[in-house]
Amino acid sequence: MTTEYQGRIEIEPVQTGEIEPGRRGFLGIMTAAVAGSGLSWIALARAPDAPVDDKSRWGILIDATKCPADCTACVTACNTENALLGHNRPTSDAQWLRKVQLKDKATGRTLSLPVGCQHCKSPPCVDVCPTGASFRRADGIVLVDKHICIGCRYCMMACPYKARSFGHEETHGQKPHSPRGKGTVEACTLCVHRVDAGQNPACVDACQQKGHGAMIFGDLNDPNSPIAKRLATEPSTQLREVLNLNTGVRYQGL
Amino acid sequence: MFNFISGVKKRLWGRGGMVWGLLLALPLTAVCQVPVPAPPKASGRCVEDTQFMRRNHMMLLFKKRNETMRQGIRTPTHSLKKCIECHAQRLPDGSYRPVTDEGQFCRECHSYAGVHPDCFDCHATTPDAPAHGQ
Repeated sequence: MTTEYQGRIEIEPVQTGEIEPGRRGFLGIMTAAVAGSGLSWIALARAPDAPVDDKSRWGILIDATKCPADCTACVTACNTENALLGHNRPTSDAQWLRKVQLKDKATGRTLSLPVGCQHCKSPPCVDVCPTGASFRRADGIVLVDKHICIGCRYCMMACPYKARSFGHEETHGQKPHSPRGKGTVEACTLCVHRVDAGQNPACVDACQQKGHGAMIFGDLNDPNSPIAKRLATEPSTQLREVLNLNTGVRYQGL
Repeated sequence: MFNFISGVKKRLWGRGGMVWGLLLALPLTAVCQVPVPAPPKASGRCVEDTQFMRRNHMMLLFKKRNETMRQGIRTPTHSLKKCIECHAQRLPDGSYRPVTDEGQFCRECHSYAGVHPDCFDCHATTPDAPAHGQ
């Protein structure tokens, strides 16, 4: 069981019940089936026709010390996965994930890290949205309902992370899983279509394929998930932690 | 007064009224030469009855879109993505024709009805390429 407080996650020991033999056998078969099919356990955590619930809370842990300054694999993967085809206008093209370079002026230490929607537990974008288009799914993923977004861009002003973009121009070549168009606000969806299919977000997979392993994705509420174990044992920070937004994206090595 | 109204109704909707209506409609059809839409056949069998779909597909899509987006229910039935997968015409080179092209499934009826569907301002008009595993 996990209890979440504002800005900090505390993990309590899990009370494991006795599993009867038949059920254990079934679970064993299912685990083998999952391992064989290459899907992670989260794929079977929910039936396809069951709504998401707050038992899970998805998040990403980004280790900035493992993120090379010249690598933009995560950004490229994001743009490809969601067909963020720009118009070669950097000031207005959509940008769901960007690389940020930091430099400590006192010591000269430089850092590079990807920044996108932080999937806050108390998202300011949801607070200010006048139509209810900006919303937080039960499992912690912050999304825009583009059907009812009126393009007022209050959420873009409210977001402390500059995570949202506006569709300034007509869009073509969309992917079926990532509809996007003119006149609405958009941002990182945590690759919700992949998460619902039991996969990692595209940026996390790209980082792992590059061999950097700077990003891990998982359920913050599951004490056995690699991300929760890392957060429980190693120091981590949220960007702009003083705002008490309880972000789903956490950083190490800042 | 009531008798008068019901009498008019009977005359309009009764058998005699229908004959008059048909006689009036004949010259009209001769004037209006708008061909009845003939959308291309889908590659599979529809999940609902055709007549039901013609009237109610929008209601089903509305319901399904909210379930998918807000609750993460990604079952194929009634999803726009699956509709397009079945109704987009496949070309010999393996690519698809957009369902909004002239004469294609969505365009054909919506043009006839004079309705512009907003779906495809944002949504893809063809299925994803198989390389993406969708």
